[in-house]
Amino acid sequence: MYAWTLIVVLLMVMALAYHLGRKRAIASAGGVTQINTLHSLPSYYGLYAAIWAGLPALLLMGLWFGFQDQIVTSLVTANLPAEMLDGQSSGRVGLILNDIKNLATGNIVSATVTPEVQAAADQYARLARIANWAMWLAVLAVAVGGMAYAWLRTEPQMRARNRVESIFKFIMITFSSIAILTTLGIVLSVVFESFRFFQMISPLEFFLGTNWSPQIALRADQVGASGAFGAIPLFTGTLMVSLIAMLVAVPIGLMSAIYLAEYAPRNVRSIAKPVIEVLAGIPTVVYGFFAALTVAPLIRDLGALAGLNVASESALAAGLVMGIMIIPFVSSLSDDVINAVPQSMRDGSYALGATQSETIRRVIIPAALPGIVGGILLAVSRAIGETMIVVMAAGLSANLTANPLDSVTTVTVQIVTLLTGDQEFDSAKTLAAFALGLTLFLVTLVLNVIALSIVRKYREQYE
Amino acid sequence: MNITVDEMEKMTGAMSSAELASERHSRTTVGDFTAADPRMTCRNVDVWYGSKQAINGVSLDIGKNEVVSMIGPSGCGKSTFLRCLNRMNDTIDGCRVTGSIQLDGQEIYDKSLDPVPLRAQVGMVFQKPNPFPKSIYENVAYGPRIHGLTNSKAELDELVESSLEKAGLWKEVKDRLDQPGTGLSGGQQQRLCIARTIAVSPEVILMDEPCSALDPIATAIIEELIDELRANYSIAIVTHSMQQAARVSQRTAYFHLGDLIEVGETNQIFTNPQHRLTEDYITGRFG
Ligand SMILES: Nc1ncnc2c1ncn2[C@@H]1O[C@H](COP(=O)(O)OP(=O)(O)O)[C@@H](O)[C@H]1O
Ligand SMILES: [Mg+2]
Repeated sequence: MYAWTLIVVLLMVMALAYHLGRKRAIASAGGVTQINTLHSLPSYYGLYAAIWAGLPALLLMGLWFGFQDQIVTSLVTANLPAEMLDGQSSGRVGLILNDIKNLATGNIVSATVTPEVQAAADQYARLARIANWAMWLAVLAVAVGGMAYAWLRTEPQMRARNRVESIFKFIMITFSSIAILTTLGIVLSVVFESFRFFQMISPLEFFLGTNWSPQIALRADQVGASGAFGAIPLFTGTLMVSLIAMLVAVPIGLMSAIYLAEYAPRNVRSIAKPVIEVLAGIPTVVYGFFAALTVAPLIRDLGALAGLNVASESALAAGLVMGIMIIPFVSSLSDDVINAVPQSMRDGSYALGATQSETIRRVIIPAALPGIVGGILLAVSRAIGETMIVVMAAGLSANLTANPLDSVTTVTVQIVTLLTGDQEFDSAKTLAAFALGLTLFLVTLVLNVIALSIVRKYREQYE
Repeated sequence: MNITVDEMEKMTGAMSSAELASERHSRTTVGDFTAADPRMTCRNVDVWYGSKQAINGVSLDIGKNEVVSMIGPSGCGKSTFLRCLNRMNDTIDGCRVTGSIQLDGQEIYDKSLDPVPLRAQVGMVFQKPNPFPKSIYENVAYGPRIHGLTNSKAELDELVESSLEKAGLWKEVKDRLDQPGTGLSGGQQQRLCIARTIAVSPEVILMDEPCSALDPIATAIIEELIDELRANYSIAIVTHSMQQAARVSQRTAYFHLGDLIEVGETNQIFTNPQHRLTEDYITGRFG
């Protein structure tokens, strides 16, 4: 008896409840001709009954799934011979239980099967079967009970529409609070861990220090202050890579947006716009190895030809490729705002004898500027948070440099390197990742808030 | 009392399409479409949007120092015809104009003629006021700047002032020239658009329902202004208000389904229309 069979059965019960509820409502009103004495349309009574039949039963089913395994497992554990568990670490016990479960469900087992384990597995399988049956009975009973409740409550005065509406509202609120609470939880945990980091390392050192070498802190006898956690080189590195990216993305994105919005014939536009947007769909890891394997060596070789010494992981290579990745952001956002400038502005300008380029330069761009700036800020926050390309193409060494041909590292790269590999979760090194993450989060949050408020204000202007 | 294009087509639906086509081509304009002292002359103008004909062999003059009004049910092609006169239709994909349209004897659809300076000579005011999102001053200075009409800031200031003066807006805005034009009231915005048009010293001003978005008082001010502007410009105005046509224009042209049905002295059109369709429209039987 699979769970999905139960769900299908439940859906059928709901359909039945809908049908019965609707019928009962019509009957209670005194037939189809008297429908207008009902408070709500008959289908709302049907929905009301269906919700009562389905929702509590589904909730029960969810709870059951949450707890069944735990309860069954603890029953099985209690029955295991004591000598099997004595003196074993909790990890070992977990392994044994895993074996039992695998045996019960017919999967491959890691250890040899002793009679005790076989017995426990049999018990496990039996208990699970019973629990399954009990769940079917309980869930169906609740479903039928809910249906009966709705059936009894159905009468012409019942405000079925309002009830259904408020249940739907409640469901929506539940789902949106899941999203909001998750975000809140993430932010809080980052804030909390950062706080622990700043207890070990002073914020002054972190935000103003110019020396970043967290590796030292790995040694157990040197935890904390002995590691160098000056994040300035990371900030400047991030800034440089993002700046190079924007230098690529803004002109190209803006020009292509203007071309597409103002000059391109409809058929060119219908092909070019999706093609540019494909750039946004390329996985960043692909950009990453494009940067590391194609662009970086190319730049190094070109630099060698010009007699320059270029690092094989230069800020320039990462920035250029990141810029290409961001082009579609800038171009499609700019395209939207340029298209949002009303046609009447263009007409007004043309009717005064302005040419197309005069109209674009003097009317359309100024009118669209706030929106374009908002789009660029969104792109900047995207660039700052971008990880994959820089992990692959920018370096790891935290150089404090203004030379784009040097290797630099970024905040995101350091977060990745701090957290990969075996880590103690309370060392300053690991916690530094949270502090970096918090900084990154705050910066992009501020950028996004500014950008969105600019874009929104601009939208209002033409409503 | 608006009648949609669909309804119009239903009214003529009894005729077969072949009959309709021959009907359309055989129709001639009642009344004298010429002006004594013409500034613009249009002869047999046809306009197509793609394969759909929107204007059908229209001939009409616009004389010096006169206001010609164009009336007719919506969708009959008034705006389309008006937009031919400054080649604004060029900006619409798939729009094609044939026939002859001359400004001071010069063919404006001539291949060698650049529509850009033409639009400075034939200015246009739109249905909805459309000031640029710039200051009042910059709105008026826009045209003179792109055409390089002035040599100094002082000259430009003077031109802006005189244009606003002519549009009857100077007194109201002289203390806030640096504020956005979009912050003015609807009627003021429309006068700002007129000032903007005047600033490039056009010969002809086209107005497409310039008062349809305005309240009665703002409308009265603009109508007065149109009458004053007649001293220096030729004006063609599309209006859906017959009272307005009667108040501001010397001659009136009645359009119907892309045809110019009747032209004449405004007085005569409104008191003694010759064509049955004109009469039906004037007396409010449809339109
Ligand atoms: N840009 C356009 N593309 C296609 N058809 C148009 C366009 N503009 C107007 N038309 C058509 O041309 C006819 C005349 O329209 P228009 O000149 O706007 O009428 P009016 O101004 O008298 O209400 C209508 O049937 C309209 O649907
Ligand atoms: Mg119109």
